[in-house]
Amino acid sequence: MYQYDEIDQKIVDERVAQYRDQTRRYLAGELTEDEFRPLRLQNGLYIQRQAPMLRIAVPYGMLSSKQLRKLGDIAAKYDRSYGHFSTRQNLQLNWPKLEDVPDILAELATVEMHAIQTSGNCIRNITTDQFAGVAPDEIVDPRAMAEIMRQWSTFHPEFALLPRKFKIAVSGTKDDRAVVQMHDIGMEFYIDADNKLAIKVWVGGGLGRTPILGSVIEEHLEWQHALTYCEAIVRVYNLHGRRDNAYKARIKILVKALGIEEFKRQVEAEWAHLKDAPNTITEAELARVSQHFEAMPYAALPADDTSFDAAIASNPAFSAWAKRSLHAHKMPGYRAVTLSLKPHGIAPGDATTAQMHVVADLAEQYSFGELRVSHEQNLILADVKLSDLFALWQKARAHGLATPNVGLLTDIICCPGGDFCSLANAKSIPIAIAIQQQFDHLDYLHDIGDIELNISGCMNACGHHHIGHIGILGVDKDGSEWYQVTIGGKQGNDASIGSVIGPAFSAEEMPSVVQKLIDVYLKERTPEELFIDTVRRLGVAPFKAHVYAIKNSAKEGVVA
Amino acid sequence: MSNLIINDAIANDEWTLVNLPASQVEERKQAGKVVLFKLTGEKTVTDEQIAGTVIPAGGKIIVPLSVFIARKAELQTRIATNEIGVWIATHEFLEDLTKNQADLNALPLIAVHVERFADGRIFSLGVLLRTRYGYKNELRAIGDVLRDQLFFLKRSGFSSYAIRADRSAVDALASLKDFTTPYQGAVDEPNPVFKRYHRGANG
Repeated sequence: MYQYDEIDQKIVDERVAQYRDQTRRYLAGELTEDEFRPLRLQNGLYIQRQAPMLRIAVPYGMLSSKQLRKLGDIAAKYDRSYGHFSTRQNLQLNWPKLEDVPDILAELATVEMHAIQTSGNCIRNITTDQFAGVAPDEIVDPRAMAEIMRQWSTFHPEFALLPRKFKIAVSGTKDDRAVVQMHDIGMEFYIDADNKLAIKVWVGGGLGRTPILGSVIEEHLEWQHALTYCEAIVRVYNLHGRRDNAYKARIKILVKALGIEEFKRQVEAEWAHLKDAPNTITEAELARVSQHFEAMPYAALPADDTSFDAAIASNPAFSAWAKRSLHAHKMPGYRAVTLSLKPHGIAPGDATTAQMHVVADLAEQYSFGELRVSHEQNLILADVKLSDLFALWQKARAHGLATPNVGLLTDIICCPGGDFCSLANAKSIPIAIAIQQQFDHLDYLHDIGDIELNISGCMNACGHHHIGHIGILGVDKDGSEWYQVTIGGKQGNDASIGSVIGPAFSAEEMPSVVQKLIDVYLKERTPEELFIDTVRRLGVAPFKAHVYAIKNSAKEGVVA
Repeated sequence: MSNLIINDAIANDEWTLVNLPASQVEERKQAGKVVLFKLTGEKTVTDEQIAGTVIPAGGKIIVPLSVFIARKAELQTRIATNEIGVWIATHEFLEDLTKNQADLNALPLIAVHVERFADGRIFSLGVLLRTRYGYKNELRAIGDVLRDQLFFLKRSGFSSYAIRADRSAVDALASLKDFTTPYQGAVDEPNPVFKRYHRGANG
C-alpha cells in the first residue's frame, strides 16, 4: 500500500499543528461556534448527541496492521475501546473529547493517518472496491489513481468550501463494487481499444434526500487528464451549485436542473482551458505511485489445497463460514476473506480495541500485514493462502469475527443513527439488532440467500438505504420515530433505487415487516432467484399486499 | 491599526470601499424562472440602488460591479488615473466585468466580497481572474474574511486580505504559512508536487 514520503508526512504534521491552533482559538473564545464548525467538520469532528464524533480517514479503505493497531490503541486511550467502521470505509470514534482531538491527530500522524476532509463541504475520502488488486475480474487496479486523486484533493485551495459535500468513487472492474453511479463523480478505469488506460466518468449521482443515479458525462477520458477534468467539473459546481438550501446543494441537483447536456457543455468549456495544465498526471508519477500497489510476493501454489478441502468436508461450521466469507483471488491457492463485523446483537460495523488488535495480528500473520475496510462495513484480508484459512477462522471465531453471514440478511449496512448522530430522525442500530434477532437462525439465513438490507436513520442516507434490496429509512412523524421501507434497490452495474412500499411502521413492527417480505419471496421465488430478482420480476405489489394485509385487517378490527 | 494584509505583511489601506445603499425591494427568493437565478438564489441589485450609490469625489475607491457598469462614464477619467477599483460579489459573473472592461489590467485593484466564510466561490473567482483573464494587479478578499481562509485565498491568486474588523490581522498572518509543500498546482505555484520534486517510491 502507499507509504508516505517526507512531503506527505509534512502535510499531515502541519495539519495537526493547524488544527491544534484552531481548537485552541475555539476554546479561548476567539472563534465562535459558527466559525469553528466548518473548521472542525473539515477535520471530521461532529458535535453529536452525547459527545463529539471523530471520523478518521481510511483512504480507499486500505489499512496496515500497524495502523489498525494504532486505531485500536486510540480507541482505548481516548474513547470507550471500540470504533465504528462506516459506509465510506472510514473509522468513527463516538466518544472522544473535543480538546483531545489534536492529540489524537498527532498519534494518527505517527502511522501516516489523519482526519482530513472526512466531513464538511469539500472533497471527501475517495472510495473503491474492497477487492482492488486481487479480484480475478479486475481490469485495472484503481488504487494508484485513487491515491493520486487523494493527494490532489487534499487541501485543494479552489475547492475548500464547496456548496455541499463531494464524494468520488473509482473502480477498475466490469462488475462494479464501488457503487460509482451513486457518487458525485464516479470513475471506471478500463483499457481502451488502443490498449491505453482510460476512464468512463459519471457525474451527479448520490443518495440522500433525492436519490439519483449518475449520468455518464464522458465515455472515454485519457487517464492523464483525470485531475484537470475533475477540476472542470468541480469548478462548474463550485460556481453554480446552490448555496441557499443545503438539501438542494449537491451537484446532482445542478446536473438535473441544467440537464446533463448543458452541464457537460459547461464542463467542456472549462476543461478547454484546463486540459494539459500542470496538474496533468505524468507517466512518472503514475509509475511512482503504482509501485506502492505492486503485487504481493505471492507463493506459487496449486489451485487446490488438500488440508482446506479436508477441513471443509469435516467441519460444517467452517464450511458454512467459508461459503459466505471467501472470495475468488487472481492468484491460485489464495482467497480474499471477509471478517464479519455483523455478529447478531452488536451495532453493525463496530469493532472493539481487542478485535482491532486481533485483526491486525491476523493480517500480519496471514495477509502481508494489510487489510481493507468494505463499504458494507466489514474488514477484508485480501491475500490469504487456502492452507491458512482454517487456522485463521479458528482465531477469528474466538473473537467474534467469523459470523457466517456475509452477504446474508443479517449482514446489515447501518448508520450510527439516533443513538449517536444529531442529524438522525430515528434510531437505526436497535432496528438492525431486532432484525438480527428475528433471523437468528443460520440455516434459514442461508436458505434466504444473498440479500442486502440497509438502514439509515435519516434521509442523508449514510446507511445507503436506497440501494438496499430492502431499505429502511428512519423518519420523524410528529416527534416520534417511524420507519419507511423500500424494496428493489440495488448496487452494482445494474444499480437501481428502491420503491417505497407504503406508509411507515413503528420500530416494534419492523422485524415482522421484514419477515413478511421474506415470506413473500420464499413463496414466490423460482429456484434460481435471489430476493432482488423476485422483486424485479413481480414488482412491489405482492410484497405490499402481504405486509399491509394484516395491518389493515387489524385496523378494521379496531374500527369494528 | 490597519486590518489589511498585502502579500504577507500588514499594510495601510489606501482604498475606500463604496457600498450600495440598502435595497427597499424585498429580496427575491427561489421562485424565479431563470435557471441560473434559481440555482444561485441570490438577490439582484436594483436601479434605485445603483443610482443612489454615493461615489466619493476624490481618492482611490472600490466601486460595486453594478455601479461600475452602469455609471462608467462618470468614472472614466478616474480609471485613467488609477483611482478606480471594482468589487464583485461571489454570485456575480466575471463575464459582466470583462464585457465592460476589456483590459482588466487597467484596474489597479479588483476585490471579491464574500458574504459568508463558507462561500467558496471566492476561490474559483480568484483562480479565473488570474488564469483565465490574466489579471495581474492587486486582488483583494473583502467581507467575511478570517484567517482560516487565507492559505486557500493566497493559493487561489489573492494578494491582499481585509480581515474582518473584529479580528486581528496580525494573528492572521501566521495562517498564510499553514502548509509549506502543498500537493496540487494552483495559482501561486502552478506545478503540482510531483513536478516540483523528485519523489522516490519510498521517499
